[in-house]
Amino acid sequence: MADSPIVMREQEYHQIKAVLARLRLDASARVVFLVDKDGQQIATHGDVAGLDTTSLASLAAGNVAATGGMAELIGEKEFPTLSHEGEHESIHISVVGRLLLVVVFDEHSSLGLVKLRSKQVSQQLASIFAEVARSSEDGQTNEDLPFGEITDEDIESLFS
Amino acid sequence: MTFINYASREINCKIVYYGPGLCGKTTNLQYIFDSTAPQSRGKMISLATETDRTLFFDFMPLELGNVRGFKTRFHLYTVPGQVFYDASRKLILKGVDGVVFVADSQEERMDANIESLYNLEENLRSQGYDLMKLPYALQLNKRDLPQIVSSADMAAELQRKGEPVVEAVASTGVGVFDTLKAVAKQVLTELRKS
Repeated sequence: MADSPIVMREQEYHQIKAVLARLRLDASARVVFLVDKDGQQIATHGDVAGLDTTSLASLAAGNVAATGGMAELIGEKEFPTLSHEGEHESIHISVVGRLLLVVVFDEHSSLGLVKLRSKQVSQQLASIFAEVARSSEDGQTNEDLPFGEITDEDIESLFS
Repeated sequence: MTFINYASREINCKIVYYGPGLCGKTTNLQYIFDSTAPQSRGKMISLATETDRTLFFDFMPLELGNVRGFKTRFHLYTVPGQVFYDASRKLILKGVDGVVFVADSQEERMDANIESLYNLEENLRSQGYDLMKLPYALQLNKRDLPQIVSSADMAAELQRKGEPVVEAVASTGVGVFDTLKAVAKQVLTELRKS
């Protein structure tokens, strides 16, 4: 069977958004976002206008998965950070447990600064998400979810 | 895995199209992309070789509508079908909520179908999943071609657990949405149970 769903409450979502907002400021980044290793976008902060963040999330996860596969082949557990530097725009990805912290930045920042600031917030993000995962797993957050009431008609209506 | 965000009131699920090389996985996604309103889908990303064979995956997000006030978004992925891309196939199965197996109906591709189906079961197992417990649909594609195996014979060979079997011609769209619907319904039914 598939893994149990991850349920994110508003409170945790806003905590994560606050951490991302601070990171964006401290790292002078254009956009900061958090993705899970399966490619699901969790939260973003910054100048996302014109940026396809859903695709970027999926490709970032694919990127980390592929380099993780390479790491295993050479006897490493994983590569905890990945950086791609372009002429004007760059991307830094750090692996934080089951999450990926993705920072998009330009000439107004530097790789060193982004790495440093990303590292500083990693622990905080990991602990917020650990709480999300824990409460999702033990069903604490699921009690008042409306999905138990989904009817066949609800499902059918999506395809009509 | 299904990701439910209360703040943005979204449900995100991952569906993977699996099957042997050239069976029509990308064609399924391409048809869905071409026939869906732009506001209901994102870009289609294809990581393909210069000869248009899938190298890593194709991806497109598809928004189906609201269920109980939650936006329902399916992330559709394909895997590369060619045998030697097995490491990539395993990676793409991570976090999967539902699988579509696209079988090629041509007689000469039956061995490739069987091999790919075994490969799917094995790769799911290596990621901690059991095909028998996962939302799953079987699509018999390329029904318009000559020298095809009968649907009954294909189902007898490839059906694993009474999953929905859909006849299709993905290039013209026949059966494409029926297949998606068959697996999406199961994914949402699982959500109801959880």
